[in-house]
Amino acid sequence: MGEKLKSTVAKVGLPRIIIVAFFISLWFAAAGLGLDLVQLFSDCLKRWGMFGVLVLAMVPAVQCGIGLNFGITMGIVGGLLGGLVVVEFKLSAIPSIVAVSPLLAQWVGILIAIAIGIVLATGIGWLYGLLLNRVKGSEMTVTTYVGFSIIAFMNIMWTVLPFKSGVLIYPNAGEGLRNTISLADDYSGVVSNTLAIHPEGSSLNIPTGLILFVLFVCLLVWLFMRSKTGIAMSAAGANPQFAKASGINVNKMRLIGTTLSTVLAAVGILLYAQGFGFIQLYNGPMMMGFNCVAAVLIGGATPKRARISHVLVGTFLFQGLLVIALPVANQIIPEGNLSEVMRMIIANGIILYALVQNKGGDSRD
Amino acid sequence: MTKKKTIGEWLFENKVMLIFAFLSIGGTMASGQSVAFVVNELMTRIARNAFTILSLLIPVLAGMGLNFGIVIGAIATQIALFLTTHWRIAGITGILATAALATPLAVFFGFLVGKLFNKMKGNEMIGGLVLGYFADGLYQLLFLFIFGGVIAINDPKLMIATGIGVKNTIDLTETTKYALDTVPLLSVIEIAFYVVIAATILSALFKLAQKQTVDWKRTGGILIGAVVVYALTFIPAVERFLAQDRMLLLNAVEIACAATVLWQLWKIVYAKSIRKQAGFDVKRPLVYIALAVLVYASTYLQAVYDVLVYTRLPMTTYLCILALCCMNSALLKTRLGQNMRAVGQSRAVANAAGINVDRTRIIAMIFSTVLASWGQLIYLQNIGTFSTYGAHTQVGQYAIASLLVGGASVQKATNKQAILGVILFHTLFIVAPLAGKELLGNAMIGEYFRVFVSFGVIALALAMHAWKKVAKPALASGEKDAKKA
Repeated sequence: MGEKLKSTVAKVGLPRIIIVAFFISLWFAAAGLGLDLVQLFSDCLKRWGMFGVLVLAMVPAVQCGIGLNFGITMGIVGGLLGGLVVVEFKLSAIPSIVAVSPLLAQWVGILIAIAIGIVLATGIGWLYGLLLNRVKGSEMTVTTYVGFSIIAFMNIMWTVLPFKSGVLIYPNAGEGLRNTISLADDYSGVVSNTLAIHPEGSSLNIPTGLILFVLFVCLLVWLFMRSKTGIAMSAAGANPQFAKASGINVNKMRLIGTTLSTVLAAVGILLYAQGFGFIQLYNGPMMMGFNCVAAVLIGGATPKRARISHVLVGTFLFQGLLVIALPVANQIIPEGNLSEVMRMIIANGIILYALVQNKGGDSRD
Repeated sequence: MTKKKTIGEWLFENKVMLIFAFLSIGGTMASGQSVAFVVNELMTRIARNAFTILSLLIPVLAGMGLNFGIVIGAIATQIALFLTTHWRIAGITGILATAALATPLAVFFGFLVGKLFNKMKGNEMIGGLVLGYFADGLYQLLFLFIFGGVIAINDPKLMIATGIGVKNTIDLTETTKYALDTVPLLSVIEIAFYVVIAATILSALFKLAQKQTVDWKRTGGILIGAVVVYALTFIPAVERFLAQDRMLLLNAVEIACAATVLWQLWKIVYAKSIRKQAGFDVKRPLVYIALAVLVYASTYLQAVYDVLVYTRLPMTTYLCILALCCMNSALLKTRLGQNMRAVGQSRAVANAAGINVDRTRIIAMIFSTVLASWGQLIYLQNIGTFSTYGAHTQVGQYAIASLLVGGASVQKATNKQAILGVILFHTLFIVAPLAGKELLGNAMIGEYFRVFVSFGVIALALAMHAWKKVAKPALASGEKDAKKA
């Protein structure tokens, strides 16, 4: 019995068990403190949907062999640009479509944003993939710093890009784009509010549209992974030599995986922005990569293997933990941001754990 | 060494450094600031940052790459400094007390980091980066909730009004600000004199007690040398000079020139008449002497002179930096240093040669963490206010970027590269916002540019390193992968 328990613990990983136990005990604590559990659950679902596609971006990256993609910020900036263009030209409020239905107009807006994001991210992701094919074995270190660099580079760009809309730029002839841009007049909450279940008098609020959208993207990725290319890609990631011997172009597969990951990140950040109601520029998305990596790892992924189920479970656990920790922590210690501190410790702790487990993975002497 | 490099090769190898030199000079011109201002700022920044950058060299030697984990050394110092500030220990006593408290902490942390890095060989850099964030989380937990929340600290000056959590900034003006910078060289020499005398006599007595032979000539030499140096400080002119805590940059340049000339002359004499080396190349030392003379001559130019008399250096701080440079090169001559180098070149070979690889790596990390903690102490006492939740976060990134700018790589880094790097990187840091304002009418662009540069240079260096690694042993590692699977 003891042996069996040990092997189960080793298989699941002690940190994951601690996190799940913590998650469950937080629910009990919240119930004990008399917090509105239904509302907390609604928030969990909302955050789960907001982060779902961003975390999903890890799957093709890990499967194609580049490992945990800390550099999803590459795709994020593409998505942000798409989102900004739509706000600039008021594409989410085209009069002729608004006349039919305002919600439809918003949908058109976010779909245009996603389309622009996908086009940009495809280009960026392709170049990024070319780089990563030349740094095999050190992808994680390189992706992290390339990801940071693009954020720093875009900081300059956000200051100089010729956007004109008053919503976007600082007022009073200030320089450049605002730090946080409200989407209230554009496509804020468009996906989340579609088909939302929100009974009168109850704090329950299920963002059905968002959940369906995330599941739909997951389905697309799942189908892709089952396709001939997807299987070849997984093979290239799992065993490059064998894949090469079977006639698979490993570099091309890595390129496809990296591009797909980058594109998903672009879509993901737009879903995040519409759920949040704001676009965050400058250093806002800096640590997004770390959060997404942590989420997929909590779900059970390793730097060598990630499945869609890992994404769904991990995002729910990680984001749920943060959602529920905030009010609970505030009840216990009103000052300070205990939830943020906890996020840092959990996210980085699980990444460290994964790196230790991964020993020998890419430690080439 | 034997093969002469063509100019093209040299340019390619030093491209990062050259680009930075170009940016620094261009930025200085564009910023519209006087050279004196930039040099003055730069000297302050070198005093602040050089020590931390030099603490990165040992892990590079041991093959552990750029140590992003030095953040943890900084954290050790900040915990210690918080406590000594809370106890109101002021002046140089405060500095020493902080160091005494931070060092064991840093040794302990360094040991843990080394243990962890041994479990993720080959991933030390990303591991160190993540570890830095992780440690930052724990640090915030300590400072925001445990201080005051669990450990009662009654100190309205340091704690926020509710008593739980430490304030955002801690003012060191009344305690340790400039405490190290203002120590006159005279005191340092005095203390060093007593320490040397005591150590020499004790070592001789110890050897006598152990019935080992004592090298009386050497012992006597050291004693006489120490007495002579100490006696020199009683000459009024020398005493007056040393009693100041700041030295004119002009004097520093003069001393450096004189020291270079003497040192190179000694090298020639040593090689020619004492060792009688046949193949000794006299050209190199002669070039150095000529350079020193040239630099000295240039101080007579009015423009250069004006810059040099404008800037004053904190002598003791620079002495610490110099001592660390010497220690880094002296380490290479010890057995430990050679072991580290062997481990750095190939763990498998080092292991076969009987070196305890894991232990050597842990020692390297302890060294680096302790040195980084001292570096942070130097930094904080010079800044004078200590941003509780921000002072440590950028330590690793800026130090590593500086080192890389100086031409270092993931595998090789020297004192020279560190010093050159800190000069170039911090020049850019000083002038970038000013240049941005002058050229584009927006200081923020310059600000963002310098951050971009610091990330970009690290990304570039890491990518170049990985690229080289893939290009060379692609076949060998490929085979290993196949076996593993």
